[in-house]
Amino acid sequence: MGIPLEQLLQAIPLEQLLIQTVNGIVTGMILALVASGLTLIFGIMDVVNFAHGELFMLGAYVGVITLAATGNFWVALIVATLTIALLGAAIYVTTLRPLLGRDPLTTILATFGISLVLQNYALWQFGPVARKIQEPFTGHFTLFYLDYPWYRLVIALLSAAIIGALWLFLKFGTYGIWIRATTQDRVMAQAMGIPVPSVLTVVFAIGAGLAAASGVLFGPLVGVNHAMGLDWVLKAFIVVVVGGMGNLGGSIAASIFIGLLESYASLWVSPAQAVIVSFVVLILTLLFRPTGLFVPTPK
Amino acid sequence: MSARRVVVYWTAFSVILALLIVAPLVLPEFWRRFLTEILIWGLLAMSSDILIGYVGMVSFGHSAFFGLGMYGAAAALLLVKPPDLWLAILYGLIAAAGVAAFVAYFATRLRDIYFAITTLIFSQIFYVIIFTWTEVTGGENGLTFSRPALAIPGLFSVPFTSETLHWFVLAVVTASYLALRRITQSPFGMVLQSIRENEARTRAIGYPIERYKIAAVMLSGLFAGLAGVLYAIQNRFAAPDFVFFLISGEVVIFNVIGGIGTLVGPIVGAAFFLLLREGFSRFFTEYYLIPVGLIFIAMVIFMPQGLLGFMRRWLNQ
Repeated sequence: MGIPLEQLLQAIPLEQLLIQTVNGIVTGMILALVASGLTLIFGIMDVVNFAHGELFMLGAYVGVITLAATGNFWVALIVATLTIALLGAAIYVTTLRPLLGRDPLTTILATFGISLVLQNYALWQFGPVARKIQEPFTGHFTLFYLDYPWYRLVIALLSAAIIGALWLFLKFGTYGIWIRATTQDRVMAQAMGIPVPSVLTVVFAIGAGLAAASGVLFGPLVGVNHAMGLDWVLKAFIVVVVGGMGNLGGSIAASIFIGLLESYASLWVSPAQAVIVSFVVLILTLLFRPTGLFVPTPK
Repeated sequence: MSARRVVVYWTAFSVILALLIVAPLVLPEFWRRFLTEILIWGLLAMSSDILIGYVGMVSFGHSAFFGLGMYGAAAALLLVKPPDLWLAILYGLIAAAGVAAFVAYFATRLRDIYFAITTLIFSQIFYVIIFTWTEVTGGENGLTFSRPALAIPGLFSVPFTSETLHWFVLAVVTASYLALRRITQSPFGMVLQSIRENEARTRAIGYPIERYKIAAVMLSGLFAGLAGVLYAIQNRFAAPDFVFFLISGEVVIFNVIGGIGTLVGPIVGAAFFLLLREGFSRFFTEYYLIPVGLIFIAMVIFMPQGLLGFMRRWLNQ
């Protein structure tokens, strides 16, 4: 209170500000990968997937196991993505398909139940002690006075590549066009011969796979434990709302925005309190632009 | 409604109330405590039913109201000597009402899923504040305090025993039930239900639905806060865990299991859930949420009306 802004800024050296910028972009890209799965599932199926954080967490665990068995990080990444995509498809067919046509709120309830089961299953299976995923390479480069790990930059690039591939697939791939047609008009798509039930299953599987991939990629930076999904799913929800529900480009922009804001905020307050900054962004968004910050103004 | 159905309803009400009054005299200590706890969680679930069942808004943020009720009571019990029961209730209600006003103002601008997510994130804001503001809230460890005496100023003052505590909680919960039942049947409650049925039409008729929604969220938050105060008095502590959104999730589970829009359904749901937890935790220890979660998913799919859903019309007559 009462400290002038210049003084606050002077207290933070420029290097630290730049380091936080890099950090913010890296976490923003991971967040974008998590949120893109969530927003894909929401935008196309009207399902709010409360279990998304648990799919993220289980993906990281499958990564841990595969890494221990094969010793290859990239194999672990692919195996985890595919396994969790299959699990996602199974979850969709058994619990969400029966809810088609009911109030969308019932899907929140069902996925909340799934998240409880998966989280406690992970606790039961793997125990409360955090596991570690070894990063595939441990090189560093010098960023001012800091040894900055290359791996963090690689995660950001890889996330961008995965999201880019997803976008290309949705835009130009035959199945991507099927998915977009289903979003626009489910009945019409069905009439044109698109197998809508399978499309929905596949979309859920892709969303789950994206969550798993981000779990494995992010695993080396934090420990892998059963509760790791909680934080991420909340942040991903914020991003999805701020970016405009169901809007892929918007959620990516919002992820980087939130990632940067939180890492700048952590210059002044503890990381636990920095979360509040993104909550405030959310409230302001809801007040002034409830459709999302990064979508064109509705006419 | 026919006079006969009214008689049946009030007879059933009196019988159940009588059973609950006699229960602590015959039950062993563990189950006596358990029953009191069911009533408190039931009150919390009932407060949430106002929104879920009558206005059609699913709140995932009731832990904030509940938790602030606890911390409000804690403030009264720690700051004012000697600790006073009524002051604790007053402080708890003020804290919960303040939070509810804040949440209601912002969250009611949104509908359906957006409302649910917004309330969830609000409850997390309060969780982070309480968790990190260690000097005031005790942070992760929470606050402990002594239980106030059961007193009516100027008349008498006796320390709570587990029986009198049960009766006190029962009295508060019964009074809350009757008040909420009256409110849902009042013209105000009818408007809330018409918002649930058709929001656009209710607006077109001329009701300011934003104001009705804000009032509904505040009413719901107030009763949730009351449940928080009772829980604080029963357990003599306030902890950030009770503000965490998993509590809100459990409240929604109570509602769905018991049957929304019935007011008593959520209490039955709370009882069913806590009994399941008690039963399963003997076999599955801390992993009881696996079978409970599976039962919950099955009920969402196959029994969306909940346990008491079939009695909904009768209970709301």
